[in-house]
Amino acid sequence: MRDICNKPLRVFDANVVEFLGELSAELLKSPLVRQYPDLSAFAFYVRKANLAKLREQLKLEDGRLGRGLCFHIAPANIPVNFAFSWVFSLLAGNANVVRLPSKPFPQVDALLSVIQSHLSRNLELESRNLFVRYPRTDNETTAAYSAIADCRMIWGGDRTIASVKALPSMPRCVDIAFADRYSVALINGEAVLAADDTQFSRLIEGFYNDTYLMDQNACSSPQAILWENDSPAARKRFWTAVEALARKKYVLQDAVSVDKYTLLCEEAVKNPAVKSFTRVENLLYRAELSSFPDNPVEHRGKGGFFFEYALKDRSEFFAVVTEKFQTVTQFGIDAEELRQQIVGHGLRGIDRIVPIGQAMNIGVIWDGCDLIRALSRMVNV
Amino acid sequence: MTLDELWAHPPYDLTAAEKESALSGILSERIRSHYANCEAYRKILDSLGFDPQANHATSDLPFIPVRLFKTLELRSVPKESIVKTLTSSGTSGQAVSRIFLDAENVRSQTKTLNAIISSFIGKGRLPLLLLDTEMIKKDRSMYSARGAGIIGFSIFGRDSTFALDADMKIDVEKVAAFFEKHADEPILMFGYTYMIWQFVVRALEDAGRKFNASNAILFHIGGWKKLKDQQVDALEFNKRVQGVLGNVRVYNYYGMAEQLGSVFVECEHGHMHCSNYSDVIIRKPSDFSPAPIGEKGLIELLSVLPTSYPGHVLLTEDEGEILGIDDCPCGRKGKYFKIHGRIKAAEVRGCSDTFEKK
Repeated sequence: MRDICNKPLRVFDANVVEFLGELSAELLKSPLVRQYPDLSAFAFYVRKANLAKLREQLKLEDGRLGRGLCFHIAPANIPVNFAFSWVFSLLAGNANVVRLPSKPFPQVDALLSVIQSHLSRNLELESRNLFVRYPRTDNETTAAYSAIADCRMIWGGDRTIASVKALPSMPRCVDIAFADRYSVALINGEAVLAADDTQFSRLIEGFYNDTYLMDQNACSSPQAILWENDSPAARKRFWTAVEALARKKYVLQDAVSVDKYTLLCEEAVKNPAVKSFTRVENLLYRAELSSFPDNPVEHRGKGGFFFEYALKDRSEFFAVVTEKFQTVTQFGIDAEELRQQIVGHGLRGIDRIVPIGQAMNIGVIWDGCDLIRALSRMVNV
Repeated sequence: MTLDELWAHPPYDLTAAEKESALSGILSERIRSHYANCEAYRKILDSLGFDPQANHATSDLPFIPVRLFKTLELRSVPKESIVKTLTSSGTSGQAVSRIFLDAENVRSQTKTLNAIISSFIGKGRLPLLLLDTEMIKKDRSMYSARGAGIIGFSIFGRDSTFALDADMKIDVEKVAAFFEKHADEPILMFGYTYMIWQFVVRALEDAGRKFNASNAILFHIGGWKKLKDQQVDALEFNKRVQGVLGNVRVYNYYGMAEQLGSVFVECEHGHMHCSNYSDVIIRKPSDFSPAPIGEKGLIELLSVLPTSYPGHVLLTEDEGEILGIDDCPCGRKGKYFKIHGRIKAAEVRGCSDTFEKK
């Protein structure tokens, strides 16, 4: 194991911001960003101007600096997530050990080689940042990094979290764990009907990207669609367009077809709240609910399988929200009003309200947590 | 046609058209019975909008994904009538399928397997060499589909002898004695494909030991995945079996724990055949419509046998294609097909758990 510096830097350290700006510029110039949209999103995120804006929005106090060394367990299946996790901690002023996804992804290798070549020209940052790849089953290595970490960013679900938390860490080590979460879409039917062509096609594209693009596997992908001001016309306009776009773009894997059909059979047997199913080939499955179930989290869709419910009243929804709820993607909803209701009702879940289409946009406020503040400390005077 | 009338026929004599009329009648009847007696099955059919009261063409019958036997208790007779619960882990690991059999269902499985296998080996009982370990019978915790297969097959033989010891080592002396004792008559052998490869073929090759059976028949069943990984196909398998055991006619057969009895046997031309008791439909994964001859898709299996559990129409996770209908040079009627193996596991898109057991 290489010796790694654990001396904190200021939040948004000038050298760090400069470094990320250069990294972004190089990535945006390279053909890689056209090849990999996720890499392109990352390159845009670490633009100098965006970082300046971010800093402004965060209104960070004076006297903030990193906690020391942060150990990142990146998720296995979202390739570029490791880089976001790293950047949040870097901006918070930490040195980093980043465990890369164990599965090989071309965009991970491509991004990593650009990062490494930049680091090699920045001795200070090079000594503070280490990217490692080892088998997931190698618990000894995870234990060794855990033992020296001042904070741990643990992605990848409940079981990973349990296994990493079971490893000894320093008494003041801060763990930020990204658990399995559940998300829904909240759609105003009248707004769907009122949308002009541009707004409407943006809605449908956005919904597709939130769901089909990752087979609904992401925590922030909506599993259930909740309708307000529901009408058959709104549903028809929405689903006809979703179906048409999915037909054009979605690659349905054979195994996902079987999973989806199996899920439908299981739901038919086990979920008394399902009133009826609508199937468009194996492309789009919809399960209409007669009531919003008490445990919606246990009913997840997959690859274009949606639960649907017409809300009579928003409190019906709030009644079942648990700490598992993460994102509400919305269309035609007053987000500020919804936010006030979540706070006012003292809900244990829902950390995020974003327009449909932004479910996957990861940011420095994630899972209800201001990551820059959580990963840094403040010197109080 | 009823099942009894089917049994009166030799197992491969119905043309696809004749069989369609027989199977659609029997299976529609099965569906009505399972619908009336299995609540979970009824809910699934209702959800699919299927009308069980009418008779349907076999290609219109609703199918149950095999994985459902792992997550649900699917039973169409009262608990008290169950005489045997088969378990099978399949290849995908932890979850276990549970198949509930009553006496009638066990009987019809035996009778059907008998009809099919007899058509290959004749009616008499032959000396039987089981290429497996006796532990499979003794150890109750091993009472799985594998054990049931061994016991089920034993009815075709006499002087049943297990070739492997408790540690899965081939007992060369015992096998030699068996071959010597039955040197003047045809011999029957049975085992699981990979076990035979690993613990008989490879073991004998490594030991430099050869037997010289003069007239033997081997039936084997099981997955090909590990063999495929070692670039071993059916031809190679047969050749190597013959290399260590002598003059052996090798028959591969295919069947699910969920449909024991109505197995599919590969003929001398390397084609898997449906018998009168079963059929195969290849489904396009995109919309589950039937695929034409020569097109790959998901294998759906139909069997007239399941009465105590709703396993009569199953969607498997195997991929295959229909090779032809009624015209195999071996003379057997009905559809014949090829199995390509398990469908490719889904490539996971998204942030599912990074955890992996050691």
